[in-house]
Amino acid sequence: MLTIDTKGLYYKSLNRHIRGYLAKGENRILLKNILGQRYIGGGLNSDALLEVYGTPGQDLGAFMNGSRVTVFGNAQDGVGNTMNAGKIVIHGKAGEIPGHSMRGGKVFIKGDVEYRAGIHMKEYLDQVPWLIIGGTTKDYCGEYMAGGKLVVLNLNNVAGSPVGQDIGTGIHGGIIYVRGHIEPHQLGIGASFSDIDDADSAFLS
Amino acid sequence: MNGMENNWKTIPAFHPEFDIERCDYKNGCSICSKECSFGEISMHPVKDDDGEVRYRPRANLTACNSCQRCVKMCPEGAIHIEFQPMHTSHGYWTSDYASNIWRQAGDEGGVLLVGNGATGPQKRYFDHIMFDACQVTNPSIDPLREPMEIRRYLGRKPAQYGEEIGPQLKLDVPIMFGAMSFGAVNKRVQEAEARATKDVGTYWNTGEGGFFKDLRIYGENTIVQVASGRFGVSEDYLKSAAAVEIKIGQGAKPGIGGHLPGEKVLKAISETRMIPEGSDALSPAPHHDIYSIEDLRQLIYAIKEAMEYKVPVSVKIAAVHNVAPIVSGVARAGADIIAIDGFRGGTGATPLQIRQSTGIPIELAISAADTRLREEGIRDTVSLVASGGIMCSSDVLKAICLGADAVYIGTPVLVALGCGLCQRCFSGKCAYGITTNKPGLAERIDVEQATQALKNLLHAWGEEMKELMGSMGISAIEALRSNRDRLRGVGLNEEELRILEIKHAGA
Repeated sequence: MLTIDTKGLYYKSLNRHIRGYLAKGENRILLKNILGQRYIGGGLNSDALLEVYGTPGQDLGAFMNGSRVTVFGNAQDGVGNTMNAGKIVIHGKAGEIPGHSMRGGKVFIKGDVEYRAGIHMKEYLDQVPWLIIGGTTKDYCGEYMAGGKLVVLNLNNVAGSPVGQDIGTGIHGGIIYVRGHIEPHQLGIGASFSDIDDADSAFLS
Repeated sequence: MNGMENNWKTIPAFHPEFDIERCDYKNGCSICSKECSFGEISMHPVKDDDGEVRYRPRANLTACNSCQRCVKMCPEGAIHIEFQPMHTSHGYWTSDYASNIWRQAGDEGGVLLVGNGATGPQKRYFDHIMFDACQVTNPSIDPLREPMEIRRYLGRKPAQYGEEIGPQLKLDVPIMFGAMSFGAVNKRVQEAEARATKDVGTYWNTGEGGFFKDLRIYGENTIVQVASGRFGVSEDYLKSAAAVEIKIGQGAKPGIGGHLPGEKVLKAISETRMIPEGSDALSPAPHHDIYSIEDLRQLIYAIKEAMEYKVPVSVKIAAVHNVAPIVSGVARAGADIIAIDGFRGGTGATPLQIRQSTGIPIELAISAADTRLREEGIRDTVSLVASGGIMCSSDVLKAICLGADAVYIGTPVLVALGCGLCQRCFSGKCAYGITTNKPGLAERIDVEQATQALKNLLHAWGEEMKELMGSMGISAIEALRSNRDRLRGVGLNEEELRILEIKHAGA
């Protein structure tokens, strides 16, 4: 595995280096000392693995189409923005709009996320995006959702509801699973409760 | 409630009239009723003088909006369209306003939808602007005998010597086809746009409805859009095009999103938009990752990173009140091209009130934006594209003199393909086969002929622009960009002249 010490490296040069190494056949890259560099993994379409140590900047994996990114730290806003395929794993928290408009691939976030998680996720044929949140999330989770699976696990058993207000406002496809309690007033316009069926149980297990 | 029904009855403003002397119904002709896709014309049995019962065309008085398809297709020239104003006696309450209320109070209710661009009486500034011409003191140029340059390059130019030049679009005519998505128009129209722009050397824009895989061979002449719904946006979609355009707004409906109902999302639309068949396609009003200029910069650079800085990124906004500072912000956010769409710009569907009352004219918007960018010293960092209300080649040249680098045309493309401007693009019944995917209607567009029509249009406008330039003694269009000195206003007030930065005629 190739290691890049990214200390002091601006995102443009960093991402150019990453693309350059991948083009040369490198398949696993470890990024040390990441501090806010944006667009890591943006638009990558190989099956490469990027291991990120530190805190990556906005739009991690935006437009990604098949690569894998693992973050050992927290992430910021826009994780997996408009992602088409691939896998992002965050061993920490993430900011706003994780999974925005993602159409495929899987995003796993161990900790909490902020507002509007999974907003406008959508699915197409066998491309069904997953956004799995280990912690809690806030208002407008799953707004405009048109497909895919959004799971809020509340693994730390935080008291109260693990989601905020207006969950699923304008939802017209896809499913939001929440482990915990939701009051009816937390649902947005268009969202409704339903019982877990066999397909749901099979997916969740 | 039923007792009110007659009060609300709206008589269509138009209906076809048949000259039965000319009509060929006796030989069984029924072309008009087949051509009318709105169900306005049906064939009714009538006993003729010879005692024979034959089918004659009859207007149903339900659906005509004067698209003129029947008139054009009648082999005998036996049809004309009658205008039947519903409400003529009142000087203030015109028939439009009264009939809209009848429709809303009657069975339609709700938000009134229309297609096409704004029809209101607002001033068309292009008509109040005149070009200069050479007389005596400087020579004009004959474009038939001397080389004339109308090529434009769009993209970031170096602000000072030594700076790196950004990726550029090369336009052999300064006219591109504006965003019209698959769904709004059909694939045949898009294919004609693609082929014509490839042959002429300019660009067409997919709109936000995705990009057919088998049209991607025309990618070098294609601009793809990233709109708030992100339909069809994937890494290979972005990489298939010559430029990527972030759609923030559109002149026909600034500030609002779109909603393609699930029943319209059939197989082909499902494929290009990459959503399941039958699923509603919602374009939210804002991009949910753009709430500020900084956020816009983030998306611009997310796209540039994904595209490895190989293609220019355009940002399309509607012309609204604060267009100049907005354009300045968008330029500073890193856009290579900014498309400004005036309130006359067309659409497949928009609420009537938004179309008629929101936004500002493109002439004022492009001038204000150009002036602001020059004042701030950042004009060359970005190219401006004007659209929304361009109707002829002199509009194109006037827009360029007011500060545009090139223009987008949309409605002229449809008109070139036969559009009768009936404004029912949202109905899915377009009698010319342009804004419909219905089998039997879409085939009315012949791709070969449509391609040739669009090439003819671009060629004709290009030649006319060369004539206009020649009369001004200008051989390269670059010399006209932001060149207000060659324009004069007629019948404009001081404030209008100030914003357009032109002198009044005679001055």
